[in-house]
Amino acid sequence: MKVTVIVFPGTNCDRDTKWAFEKIGANVEYVWHNEHDLKNPDLVVLPGGFSYGDYLRSGAIARFSPVMQEVKEFANKGGFVLGICNGFQILLESHLLPGGMTRNENLHFISKFHHLKVIDNKNKFLQNLNVGDIVNIPIAHAEGNYKVDDETLKKMYDNGQVILKYCDKDGNELNPNGSVDAIAGICNEQKNVFGLMPHPERAMESLLGGSDGIKMIEGFMK
Amino acid sequence: MIVAVNVHLKKGVLDPQGKAVHHALETLGFKDINGVRVGKQILLDIDTEDKEKAIALAKKAADELLANPVIENYEIEVK
Repeated sequence: MKVTVIVFPGTNCDRDTKWAFEKIGANVEYVWHNEHDLKNPDLVVLPGGFSYGDYLRSGAIARFSPVMQEVKEFANKGGFVLGICNGFQILLESHLLPGGMTRNENLHFISKFHHLKVIDNKNKFLQNLNVGDIVNIPIAHAEGNYKVDDETLKKMYDNGQVILKYCDKDGNELNPNGSVDAIAGICNEQKNVFGLMPHPERAMESLLGGSDGIKMIEGFMK
Repeated sequence: MIVAVNVHLKKGVLDPQGKAVHHALETLGFKDINGVRVGKQILLDIDTEDKEKAIALAKKAADELLANPVIENYEIEVK
């Protein structure tokens, strides 16, 4: 499988993301923000970081970079796109995913392992997991407070687009940042564009705290 | 012509920064402030003397980039 990792000025999870996908057997290429050739990938990943210094709003400037025009076209043709953390924020600002992000309710940058519950697995990303499964994945963000209007939210539930929620180790809802319904990850209506605030690429090795990220991203390999 | 775009979080969207500032003001003894909302002001230096043209341009800039309509509202003010 060929994976393209997009690198913006200020991206800082590009190497972790490349390493994670190589660990599960993918061929990974970087593409710089001002390039137009996505290198014919099976999956495009927008990694975490602080693209363009998070100026104006997180992800707002990245949306206008040359490479994002190609990513939009790739997504609109049904290509698989995964946005992690800042990558998720960019997908929201690019209107490839519904909703928007605001500052964490407690105003703090939160960096820790957090449990997540699988809400829907009828999609490529989470197909290796079961509904109700709990995974333990690092989060690291200041703007992960997901907001969306009620009408869109209802449609997202009906269509299986709410895929991950924050919870405690027993699966009870636990909301670290104030997101609507403790939502941690979503997908688009066509289920080819995915976004989540937690970092599965940082949970690839039990020696480094956990390996639950493997079964998540391996979904793209099938 | 200088045109200001004032961006604020929508009414229903919780403004944690505003809440923290409000709390700090209360601690300082400002008892008569009911609430605080923190927004941002973006000043555009537009190359025209035509007020309507400037407003239309600022509105377009706000719709396309300066405000996120999912969570934010904006007002335009000619300086």
